[in-house]
Amino acid sequence: MKLTYGIPAALAALVVLACAPLFVGPYWLGLLIGLAGYVTLASAWALFSGRTGYVSLATVAFFGIGAYTVAVLSEAMPYPVVLLVAAGIGLGVALLVGLATLRLEGVYFVVFSFGLAELVRQLVTWYETSINGTLGRYIFLDFGPEHIYWQLLALAVVTLLLTWWIGRSRLGLALKVIADDETVASHIGINIAWTKITLFAVSAVIMTLVGAIQSPRWTYVEPAIVFNPTVSFMTLIMALFGGAGRLWGPALGAIPLFLLFEWLSANFPDHYSILLGLLFIIIVFLLPRGVVGLFDDRFGTRRAEVQPAASGEGAGK
Amino acid sequence: MSALLEIQNITKRFGGLTAVDDLSFDVAEGEVLALLGPNGSGKTTMMNIISGALKPTEGRITLAGEQITGLPPHRVAAKGVARTFQLVKILPSLDVRENVIAALAFRRDALWGQEAQDEADRLLVNAGLSARGGEMVENLTYIDQKRVELARALASQPRLLLLDEWLAGLNPTELRVGIDLIAGLRDAGMTILLVEHVMEAVRALCNRCVVMNVGSKIADGDTDAVLNDPGVVRAYLGTADA
Ligand SMILES: Nc1ncnc2c1ncn2[C@@H]1O[C@H](COP(=O)(O)OP(=O)(O)OP(=O)(O)O)[C@@H](O)[C@H]1O
Ligand SMILES: [Mg+2]
Repeated sequence: MKLTYGIPAALAALVVLACAPLFVGPYWLGLLIGLAGYVTLASAWALFSGRTGYVSLATVAFFGIGAYTVAVLSEAMPYPVVLLVAAGIGLGVALLVGLATLRLEGVYFVVFSFGLAELVRQLVTWYETSINGTLGRYIFLDFGPEHIYWQLLALAVVTLLLTWWIGRSRLGLALKVIADDETVASHIGINIAWTKITLFAVSAVIMTLVGAIQSPRWTYVEPAIVFNPTVSFMTLIMALFGGAGRLWGPALGAIPLFLLFEWLSANFPDHYSILLGLLFIIIVFLLPRGVVGLFDDRFGTRRAEVQPAASGEGAGK
Repeated sequence: MSALLEIQNITKRFGGLTAVDDLSFDVAEGEVLALLGPNGSGKTTMMNIISGALKPTEGRITLAGEQITGLPPHRVAAKGVARTFQLVKILPSLDVRENVIAALAFRRDALWGQEAQDEADRLLVNAGLSARGGEMVENLTYIDQKRVELARALASQPRLLLLDEWLAGLNPTELRVGIDLIAGLRDAGMTILLVEHVMEAVRALCNRCVVMNVGSKIADGDTDAVLNDPGVVRAYLGTADA
């Protein structure tokens, strides 16, 4: 029943969203771009972290890799090829990092993922200043903001479809079994490490593409801008706020929080960071299972099919 | 009959404790072998080493002539070893049928979709759980959860089945049913290594037993002879006396 109404409703919403740039002004288009970006980031974050319990702060590492790849290559190659290269680099880094670190548990993984983002930023900064002799780069791509928006919207749709599809695939079953009992999982033939790495890589590639697609918005790019750790924290808090174990949870968390963050930064530019910190604390305290979890409690719907990632528990050995 | 499983000089130390001490024995193709011993003698540790859950400190294990020593559990499973656990391990967020499908979906000759549903239902019927597929496993009785575990192990189409006290904790009627279930597998040609404290079951199911005490093998042979062996009796009584 839910599906019969859900699909036409989602399609209608998508058509409206796709047509939006034809009707709204530049301010609202900018807002929509940011919104589409964070809906995608939060959904991609939850695709991995919400289903494995690994709380990652590496979001901006991949986001920044995407943005920087475009900044470096946009004049050397056609745009679609640049996107492919960016996705390839994101995939490579994700596989390398995944192989090395998914054996870390709980808080160790959180710290590592944060460290990774800083490491990538320092490496890029070092390369730019010492080898290349510049700090920033300009991105000149001759398409308007509506094209950025459409690309992000398409990526958001792909991310949600992928999440839905994974939930019904063998990969999704493997994740549920792993969340239930890793010993059983390995004894029925599931390669736990590869299951987690696959998911980490898919999530990372999406994050990389968000950064790559959004980068022309900045025109001028430098490491401090594209590797800003706030991106990782905002993504995490949005996904947790909405409910990281659910298909629509991260999107539902991203929309109100993004608008709230925008409003705060416009109206209280001097105190924005403090307010942001306070908001994080409030959300973590009040909504450990996200707003979707709140609805479940209220209406007694069945428990989340996968464990929400409010803590680092369930992380692999 | 040729040996399907060969355990050669396996030793496992946990720090200063030697849980398995230079243990060797074979399990022949189609044989149902009991691994016996008093509490803490190292039986579960040996099962864990075979299934890949633990790496041995020394020694080697071959399955059908192929080395499986130290392989991770998912690779041992792919070679054809399935098991149940001493403390029953079910997948609580899945229903009964999905518990079995989980094993079907990740075996070598994997099944998915309608095929997996049908095969899961067939396995559940064989395990005595017909028409229970839609229930949550957590709501099942202890013996029914054990049936789910057995159906899940069989779903992997193992060449070797490891049962760690699968019959423990059952009442006399359930025990009868459980023994018949395993006897059915034996008659169908399944190779089984079972750890068991219920001697009635051992007598009914196994021609041969291996007995461990403090990690070492103290007897290996015909069930009746082994169970009457003075050394074996002493090992069991010794722990009861202590
Ligand atoms: N992971 C471990 N770390 C340290 N010691 C262990 C570990 N697993 C088992 N042991 C020890 O190894 C010895 C053998 O234990 P094991 O569980 O193999 O015995 P068992 O024969 O299966 O006993 P039971 O009949 O009670 O199930 C025991 O002394 C136990 O405490
Ligand atoms: Mg035991």
